[in-house]
Amino acid sequence: MAIAIGTIYFLLPLIATFEFSLKMNRDGYSFEAYKVVLSDPGFQATFGYSTLMAVLTIIVGILLVVPTAYWIQLKLPRLRPLVEFITLLPLVIPAIVIVFGYLKLYNSSAWLPLTGNDRATDFLLMCSYVTLALPYLYRSIDAGLRAIDVRTLTEAAESLGASWPSILLQVIFPNVKSAILSGAFLTFAVVIGEFTMASLLGRPAFGPYLQLIGANRAYEPSALAIIAFLVTWASMGLIQVFARNARPARKTA
Amino acid sequence: MAYLTINNLHKRFADHVVVHDFNMNIEQGEFVTFLGPSGCGKTTVLRMIAGFETPTSGHIRVGGEDITHQSPQKRGIGMVFQSYALFPNMNVTQNIGFGLKMRKCDSAEIARKVAEVIKLVELSGKENHYPHELSGGQRQRVALARALVVEPRILLLDEPLSALDARIRKNLREQIRDIQRRLGLTTIFVTHDQEEALTMSDRIFVMNQGRVEQEGRAEMVYTEPATEFVARFMGNYNLLGAADSQRLLGLSINGHLAIRPESIHVLDAHSQQADTLAGTIRQHQLLGNIIRYQIESAGVTLQVDRLNRTASDLMPAGTEVRLQISRDDMREVR
Ligand SMILES: Nc1ncnc2c1ncn2[C@@H]1O[C@H](COP(=O)(O)OP(=O)(O)OP(=O)(O)O)[C@@H](O)[C@H]1O
Ligand SMILES: [Mg+2]
Repeated sequence: MAIAIGTIYFLLPLIATFEFSLKMNRDGYSFEAYKVVLSDPGFQATFGYSTLMAVLTIIVGILLVVPTAYWIQLKLPRLRPLVEFITLLPLVIPAIVIVFGYLKLYNSSAWLPLTGNDRATDFLLMCSYVTLALPYLYRSIDAGLRAIDVRTLTEAAESLGASWPSILLQVIFPNVKSAILSGAFLTFAVVIGEFTMASLLGRPAFGPYLQLIGANRAYEPSALAIIAFLVTWASMGLIQVFARNARPARKTA
Repeated sequence: MAYLTINNLHKRFADHVVVHDFNMNIEQGEFVTFLGPSGCGKTTVLRMIAGFETPTSGHIRVGGEDITHQSPQKRGIGMVFQSYALFPNMNVTQNIGFGLKMRKCDSAEIARKVAEVIKLVELSGKENHYPHELSGGQRQRVALARALVVEPRILLLDEPLSALDARIRKNLREQIRDIQRRLGLTTIFVTHDQEEALTMSDRIFVMNQGRVEQEGRAEMVYTEPATEFVARFMGNYNLLGAADSQRLLGLSINGHLAIRPESIHVLDAHSQQADTLAGTIRQHQLLGNIIRYQIESAGVTLQVDRLNRTASDLMPAGTEVRLQISRDDMREVR
């Protein structure tokens, strides 16, 4: 019963939105709204921009989080609760606070002006996305590391003469690949629709575009909502696929 | 000078001293065992030799070179872990070849050496299997091969067999010993199983609470325990306190008197031999080829082993017997 209500609660608006998005042509259902949206240069530019930002965020986030989580698990396990708490802060502190903090720290008159030109602002935006992605990346990667015996594997590799980069790249990374990927897809889903930071920093991202269209058009927003929804769900689906494929390899001691 | 020497090694975790003044010398090609109960510091000493743990004080030298503060990568000391620690993302060949790859050997040489060692540990046909597709015994052989293939100066094995069932364990320990002899490999083997230690080792270090309690050749440690702890740990020695040995045997001693169960002879109650003790059988346990009796004599219960030849040999509880113990079989221990 609860499941049925839940399903209706989620599905009904979705179906209604979808149905509405098909009614752009007066004379029956069509994908006209989708055609308009997908061919809008604004859509292509902002979606492309946000995708690029998401990819960069993921790369930087992984390079930052994997070695950190690894090192904490290996050498400083007592710090784990503290680091976990720190990575959760972006969920607790509203994005708007973070952005105003950035603007204060990096405005054009600060000692490190990062809002002066577009590239620098892009960089700032990416950094804030990395912050935003921390809870997702850290949690999934930490869980992945906990599923393998990091310490013994590291020691085995050390005694076989492996350097630290080799240990990370050839022993640790491959064994937490699926955890990294699921963190990455979550990050993608979060970044692609992010509004506050992008709009306050004035960058042409997909989130502000969604908002703009939503405020000014009738049918296109519904089509966009469905597209955004599909992108998010595709990310979730891929997480499931990778999580499942990785299971047999993880069991090993 | 010995090949591996350890002097005055100490290890403290916070305020808990885990290894006290550990000393030892091992010759090249020797197979020694650290034997002791859980928590006595065996793994900690091994980890200091491998370089995973830094000693609080003391020195470790290999071939005259001080390696106390060298990184594990540079020591050339192989380690086999109780939990195998195979790399889950690599198959058997890749696992075994990992160390050679790290040493930048060329691929033809890696292939040749890996093939050789796979034959040595009898894993032919499993080259492309992943660790999760192997049995425990096979995994441990991969771990052994992985450590052997880089030709370590010293091989350390930390309870490598304890996760395996009895039959595979026996089989594998013979195999390990055989390979070790063939390669002339200096080896330290850690176990808390005295039978394993006795069957495999040239020399045994019996450890207790972070100290070496006794060291010596396997047969020595078994037949000539130096302390009460070793006597209890090594065999099922009967240990008599000063009062008991005075009453039972008329001997006044300091410490304890250790008597092995198989060295007590059981005679029938009418025996006329001199220097025998009266005893009553209380119960028995069947241990396969021997029967272990609990025999009470002058208020002391002694364990006595007899060969289990025929079923009619078995003496039921309540049987009166006489016991004969030769003075040579009584050892005074600290
Ligand atoms: N990293 C550590 N921090 C604090 N205490 C430790 C650490 N490692 C080991 N110890 C302590 O040192 C003592 C000896 O541990 P060790 O692992 O050397 O014992 P062991 O003889 O190998 O035992 P087992 O047969 O159970 O493996 C134990 O009391 C253990 O709690
Ligand atoms: Mg141990």
